Amino acid sequence: MIDYGFTEEQLMIQELARQIAEERVRPVRAQLDEEGSHSAEIMQVLAESDLFAVFIPEEYGGLGGGALELCIATEELSKVCGGVAVSYAATALGAYPIMLGGSDEQKKKYLPAIASGEKLAAFGITEPNAGSDAGGVETTAEKDGDSYILNGSKIFITNGGVADIYTVIAMTDRSRGARGASCFILEKGMEGFEFGKEEDKMGIRASATRELIFTDCRVPAENLISREGMGFILSMRTFDHSRPGIGAQAVGIAQGALNEAVDYASERIQFGQPVSSFQAIRHLIADMATKVEAARTLVYQAARQVDSGAKNISKLSAMSKLFASEIAMEVTTNAVQIFGGYGYMREYPAEKFMRDAKITQIYEGTSQIQREVIGLEVIKEAKFRDKK
Amino acid sequence: MKIVVCIKQVPDTTEVRINPKTNTLIREGVESIINPFDLNALEEGLRIKEKMNGELIALSMGPPQAESALKEAIALGCDSGILLTDRAFAGADTWATSYTLSRGIRRIGEVDLIICGKQAIDGDTAQVGPSIAEMLDIPCITYVRKIEEIDKSNIKAQRMMEGGYHLLESSLPALITVVKEINEPRLPSLRGKMRARKEEIIKYSAADIVCEIDSIGQMGSPTVVEKIFAPPVRDKGTMIKGEPSEAAAKLVSELKEKGVLL
Ligand SMILES: Cc1cc2nc3c(=O)[nH]c(=O)nc-3n(C[C@H](O)[C@H](O)[C@H](O)COP(=O)(O)OP(=O)(O)OC[C@H]3O[C@@H](n4cnc5c(N)ncnc54)[C@H](O)[C@@H]3O)c2cc1C
Ligand SMILES: Cc1cc2nc3c(=O)[nH]c(=O)nc-3n(C[C@H](O)[C@H](O)[C@H](O)COP(=O)(O)OP(=O)(O)OC[C@H]3O[C@@H](n4cnc5c(N)ncnc54)[C@H](O)[C@@H]3O)c2cc1C
Repeated sequence: MIDYGFTEEQLMIQELARQIAEERVRPVRAQLDEEGSHSAEIMQVLAESDLFAVFIPEEYGGLGGGALELCIATEELSKVCGGVAVSYAATALGAYPIMLGGSDEQKKKYLPAIASGEKLAAFGITEPNAGSDAGGVETTAEKDGDSYILNGSKIFITNGGVADIYTVIAMTDRSRGARGASCFILEKGMEGFEFGKEEDKMGIRASATRELIFTDCRVPAENLISREGMGFILSMRTFDHSRPGIGAQAVGIAQGALNEAVDYASERIQFGQPVSSFQAIRHLIADMATKVEAARTLVYQAARQVDSGAKNISKLSAMSKLFASEIAMEVTTNAVQIFGGYGYMREYPAEKFMRDAKITQIYEGTSQIQREVIGLEVIKEAKFRDKK
Repeated sequence: MKIVVCIKQVPDTTEVRINPKTNTLIREGVESIINPFDLNALEEGLRIKEKMNGELIALSMGPPQAESALKEAIALGCDSGILLTDRAFAGADTWATSYTLSRGIRRIGEVDLIICGKQAIDGDTAQVGPSIAEMLDIPCITYVRKIEEIDKSNIKAQRMMEGGYHLLESSLPALITVVKEINEPRLPSLRGKMRARKEEIIKYSAADIVCEIDSIGQMGSPTVVEKIFAPPVRDKGTMIKGEPSEAAAKLVSELKEKGVLL
């Protein structure tokens, strides 16, 4: 066992998340995957176990942890099912704009219900014409007295339809481009707020991904987070905080696949011996394990950096998400390879890990976008270094 | 409403092996768990506590290590845990175990409901629950699969039978033993685990619970275990395949060969 320097509380979170994953998620994961259904029951178990409280401050009903606690829980759930894990992690994503930019009233109103797990949350920025280019958001929010009227739609929103609380980016001033974007808190059931297409996905099928539709949706002005024009900045800060969580999801998926592959390789007999006795397989396993460990360490480091309150966290957060997701794709593909033909079959868990891994390279910024973030930061730092 | 749940720490029998030479359990490396039926007892106790705003106490007799089972009970939501632990309790059979537990319950004071598991997965006798009730001179409903009604003075419960159930009503205080069908035990919560870490487990020795010294432990146990052994492993047997008439003929000829049939 490697000592990551976790506190007693962090070890408890790990132990409990692992127990839930093993006892409550594993028995149903194949069925959830097959049906493509979000499990309200499992969310209820996570809620009763206080796992939604770990990333929320104590004064708002949480247990006062941060990104590292979120990562620990997400990783354990992902070892068994990446879909269940993202339903959990996306609630943190939806809560971050409130935690980072919300007023005390907004925090008091929304965070306790998220901490208790009574309500799930979601974050919506993506639109048909605004993917990697978040500046392309077309949903508008027009001020009307003491409220805003939202029109437009969001696509691919994790927890869409199942969440009660939504943080949504809309343009309050289109002429100002990215600086004209603002962030609002919406509640399920608001008039003019409806759900559209449900996506049928390749992986993480135990999570809901859905379209949000706003038709003259009236949102009280008190639901604006921070000020008008802060939407884009809030989104970037949100991603800086949440990306290690996706890194943790990737590490968990990779570790889960590796575990299955190692067990299988020790049992599968070919040429009169377990396939794990072939050096080609053993070395493949060695590389997989080494890379997963490197990714994990980077993820924890990034999460600790986030929790330290440091200002410049974009680079390390992006690095942890980029590296861990690329490793997850590689390791899960190799896990299928170790399973041979059986790995390609739905009956065995290997192919699910591979399908689940792919999304970690896409959402919360594609790998290409992470490289953009990292590259720009590194070059910026170099200039600063030269001046000194 | 004061409820006591009796929990026993047992070896995880899915991992237990028997040493074929000494015929004793190989306990090394085997994890200790709360007897699975006692988890159902705890869950039912928690539900009643939550519904009726009661107090729930977990009680166990065992070695000092059994403290971890009581901590787990607190993590699940019990208000407190009491461990009856003393060298003098060692070697107890079901009679002495029941006697000791009943004395422990007396020490707690006025209790409205006692919940036990149906049986322990190691001892497996299913005697302790009913014996405690007998020693406390209170009514007992065994094999409860559902509590239909409960209030301060009465309980109405379904006792599981083969192919049906008995509906029984009793005054309180009473003791019930529960089957696994009664509920699905919850998992602990983080807040519960944190509380469990801090909470002191109350420990009572033989002197603390006012008991007859010759009724506890080995001395108080009328049972004498002559021998413990693992049943011999049975041969796999042979399967005679083929058409029924041919298979029957083959069977008869083999039985004749072995001298079973003449
Ligand atoms: C299952 C799932 C769940 C999701 N959940 C959410 C959610 O909860 N909330 C939310 O707001 N969004 C969510 N998304 C949306 C997700 O964040 C976007 O899909 C992602 O950011 C990519 O946008 P896009 O799909 O429009 O791809 P595009 O932006 O169209 O990208 C197409 C390709 O071009 C590349 N590319 C684009 N721009 C550049 C560039 N400047 N340099 C180099 N390469 C570039 C991309 O890397 C990609 O390979 C989810 C998506 C999926 C699939
Ligand atoms: C290896 C081995 C050797 C044994 N040797 C002897 C022996 O020499 N003589 C003998 O008489 N018995 C012996 N036993 C049985 C042992 O004493 C019993 O395990 C004990 O008395 C409890 O009975 P039970 O396990 O059958 O519990 P059951 O009657 O099956 O348990 C029913 C319920 O009673 C409660 N309960 C039982 N025990 C406790 C406890 N300690 N603390 C709190 N609640 C409890 C629980 O709610 C449990 O679900 C032996 C058992 C083992 C495994």
